[in-house]
Amino acid sequence: MKALAARRHHRFAPVVLIMLALLVTGAVYAALAPSSAQAEDAVTTADDIEHGAALFQANCATCHGVDAVGKADAPSLIGVGAAAVHFQVSTGRMPMQSNAPQAPVKPVQFDEKQTMQLAAYIASLAPGPEIPSAEAVDPTLGDPARGAALFSTNCAMCHNAVGAGGALSEGKYAPALWNTTPTQIYEAMITGPQSMPVFNESNITPEEKRDVIAYVVAQRDGTPGGENLGSLGPVSEGLWAWILGIGVLIGAAVWIGAKSS
Amino acid sequence: MTAAPAKTQSSAPTTKAGKAADYLDQRTGIGVAVKEFARKVFPDHWSFMLGEIALYSFIVLILSGIFLTMFFVPSMGLTTYHGPVATMDGTQMSEAFASTLRLSFEVRGGLLMRQIHHWAALIFVAAMVVHMLRIFFTGAFRKPREINWVVGFLLLVLGLLAGFSGYSLPDDVLSGNGLRITDGVVKSIPIIGSYMSYMIFGGEFPGSDIIPRLFTVHVLIVPALILALVAVHLVLVVVHKHTQYPGGGRTDKNVVGFPLFPVYTAKAGGFFFVVFGVLALMGGTLSINNVWNYGPYDPSPVSAGAQPDWYMLFLEGSLRLMPGQTEYVIGGYTLSLNVLVPAAIIPGLLFVFLALYPFIESWVTKDTQPRSVLDRPRNVPTRTGLGVAFITAFVVLVLAGSNDLIATHFHMSINTITWVFRFAFFIAPVLAFWVTKRICLGLQRKDRELVLHGHEHGRIVRTEAGEYFEVHKPLNEQERWLRVNYEAHAPLALDEQPYHEDGTKNRKYRSAKLRSALSRFFYEDRIEPVTLAELEAAHHHEPHEIADGSDESRQQLS
Ligand code: HEC
Ligand code: HEC
Ligand code: HEM
Repeated sequence: MKALAARRHHRFAPVVLIMLALLVTGAVYAALAPSSAQAEDAVTTADDIEHGAALFQANCATCHGVDAVGKADAPSLIGVGAAAVHFQVSTGRMPMQSNAPQAPVKPVQFDEKQTMQLAAYIASLAPGPEIPSAEAVDPTLGDPARGAALFSTNCAMCHNAVGAGGALSEGKYAPALWNTTPTQIYEAMITGPQSMPVFNESNITPEEKRDVIAYVVAQRDGTPGGENLGSLGPVSEGLWAWILGIGVLIGAAVWIGAKSS
Repeated sequence: MTAAPAKTQSSAPTTKAGKAADYLDQRTGIGVAVKEFARKVFPDHWSFMLGEIALYSFIVLILSGIFLTMFFVPSMGLTTYHGPVATMDGTQMSEAFASTLRLSFEVRGGLLMRQIHHWAALIFVAAMVVHMLRIFFTGAFRKPREINWVVGFLLLVLGLLAGFSGYSLPDDVLSGNGLRITDGVVKSIPIIGSYMSYMIFGGEFPGSDIIPRLFTVHVLIVPALILALVAVHLVLVVVHKHTQYPGGGRTDKNVVGFPLFPVYTAKAGGFFFVVFGVLALMGGTLSINNVWNYGPYDPSPVSAGAQPDWYMLFLEGSLRLMPGQTEYVIGGYTLSLNVLVPAAIIPGLLFVFLALYPFIESWVTKDTQPRSVLDRPRNVPTRTGLGVAFITAFVVLVLAGSNDLIATHFHMSINTITWVFRFAFFIAPVLAFWVTKRICLGLQRKDRELVLHGHEHGRIVRTEAGEYFEVHKPLNEQERWLRVNYEAHAPLALDEQPYHEDGTKNRKYRSAKLRSALSRFFYEDRIEPVTLAELEAAHHHEPHEIADGSDESRQQLS
């Protein structure tokens, strides 16, 4: 403890502290970040619907109303379909908790089975977009080149060229797509959560949706040039040029010219 | 007279190298020049090496650039790509974009070269800026170096041009967006704007001429100009002799330092490899400008996070801050002040200020002496304040250009950020100026205090008579020299009258009035250096100090 106290005023102490803080934040984030869940092509039963209804009454009805018809502060869920429920619940957006400009992603609260039951319940109230099959979202079946063109005309203006995320007005944002599962990507397109538009079958056909998924998933392999620096483009590159490049070079200049003033 | 070290007294060289050098010397007389140059004295300080970072990254730029020209195809002709990049396979694109992909994925070492070239470009401009800041804050631009400041300024502008033209060459979506903005800015110029746009792009944007034209600008015109100006710049540094920081024995008429050969050549040569090494390392490990992520240029899409390289970011920020309502239609003609003001007028003002600063300062100072001893920034509070204000304005614009990333990364509303920056652009520089000037004046006062009363020692001594006093240790010669050897300019008096004696208007009056007003702004608040008389008076008052190095002081110190 004494040694620690003695070093407290060392001039590198703040640097070390910041590093530690970053490490801890990173670790906590990694532990809490929502784990992705893959949808299974399960057949829904009356039993599922019943369980789903119970879950809904317990967790969702306060906001969305007893029969999911909506209330002052939450929309009606009649006709949003199983896809919307699965997307909202499996990404951790619902049940909504905090009062942010847009429902924030938080740790997922329901397991895959419960999520499917909730989805089945909402789907039983009125027809709506369904959860896609595993084949419909399989990135290996898609064409990433066609996906690239579709993504750059339909999605990149909000989500950035490779899906690293971007800002919208008034604190809203299009999230990064690094960890979104193929199923969720598909569901986002067909349900259009919040500020995101709906991409129906005539905008982007189901095959094209799979191409888009193939492109988004292909971005996760990293880039051949080295560290991707967050894929944020020239701003992060400039930051690195100044902090790392100029920083190291001035350091070297100080070292070489150290002996005089 | 040979350049090679002669071992014997005889004039004929004996070694092979010596003979070769002699051969060259007898035919070119180069020995004189080499000898003269090798004996140049260069003062030693890390901040004098910032220009070198720019120079060396420029050399790296040329070397890697030559490699790239071997493979790049500057054409907007359409082609269909088939190659290793799965996300681009079968896509229609320009030859320029396709050759960039080939360069990155099929040419051995191509991606490395591209990345080194791009990192070197970012660091080249950054190093120029840092170098310029050192020149500015230390007053190295004063007579006789004003011309060299202008040469340097032109180099900076050329650096921006080189960066911009190079950035646009791959013909990807991101750089195409940049060209689109350029097109808009050109078109916003009243009357001639649309004609100029047609001239630049060879027709309606984007046309098919711009890439070949930019290529010529980027690989021929701009590098040739930079090379020529760098030569002028360095010759002028040699002609003027290098400036030096204040210190004992250093005056406006001498240079204290090491000879260029061998000390400085060794240091500089080593430093070149450090710069090269850092750039190569960055090029090898950090990806930059992955154009295949953006795809080939197509005028319709604009992706989130579309920004130019950092040195153009201030322009982007300026555009993002400007409210859009200021577009007027007058008699069927559109006057786009919403583009013209942020993209031409504001940067224009910032750049004119930069280019003219040495002349403004010498005008308000009426200083005609050559100045080779640098200023300590604190001793010129107004200049230092103006410099910090300039940096602040620039940084606000850069941040405004990154407002979307600030919004997503710090969970803020982009609208709020934009409004904050709109005000900050006007308020923050004024605040920065004021704070910096106060800090400088405070530091100067502290220096005076130190010179007059010496270092505080923290020791209280009680005399036999019961009197208490604190022991002070006087500064040594070097420390004192550093703190008193500067000139505090006084404001110029207004020595012109509005009217001549015969009642006619004095034409010089207005400029004299402006000059004295500016001079007052610069030098009204000032701290005079300690004079000899003051120093002696202070010593008289204060007999209680430790004589430096005396036995008594050692005892008291221990
Ligand atoms: C705190 C109130 C609250 C709770 C609890 C809540 N929601 Fe929501 N929900 C909202 C609001 C507000 C919206 C609309 C804005 C949005 O999408 O963020 C919404 C939107 C949705 C949507 C998207 C509707 C559409 O049009 O696409 C679905 C689906 C949904 N909720 C399902 C659920 C489910 C299932 C639960 C229970 C597990 C739940 N919600 C719990 C407030 C709530
Ligand atoms: C107008 C802007 C906009 C466009 C265009 C857009 N999105 Fe979105 N997207 C959003 C917003 C906003 C959200 C966040 C919604 C929320 O939090 O409920 C989102 C969410 C998503 C998500 C969920 C991410 C997660 O991890 O929770 C995916 C996947 C997605 N979008 C994919 C796409 C695809 C694919 C396209 C193109 C076909 C697209 N988006 C086009 C704005 C947009
Ligand atoms: C191509 C970019 C540039 C290169 C390669 C370059 C290189 C150099 C070098 C090597 C020196 C001598 C060492 C030093 O003081 O750092 C120097 C001095 C100088 N530079 Fe630059 N420079 C560049 C741009 C600029 C810019 C943008 C300015 C300001 C607008 C500038 C103004 C000056 C001045 C006034 C000196 C003399 C300084 C003195 O003697 O103390 N230069 N430059």
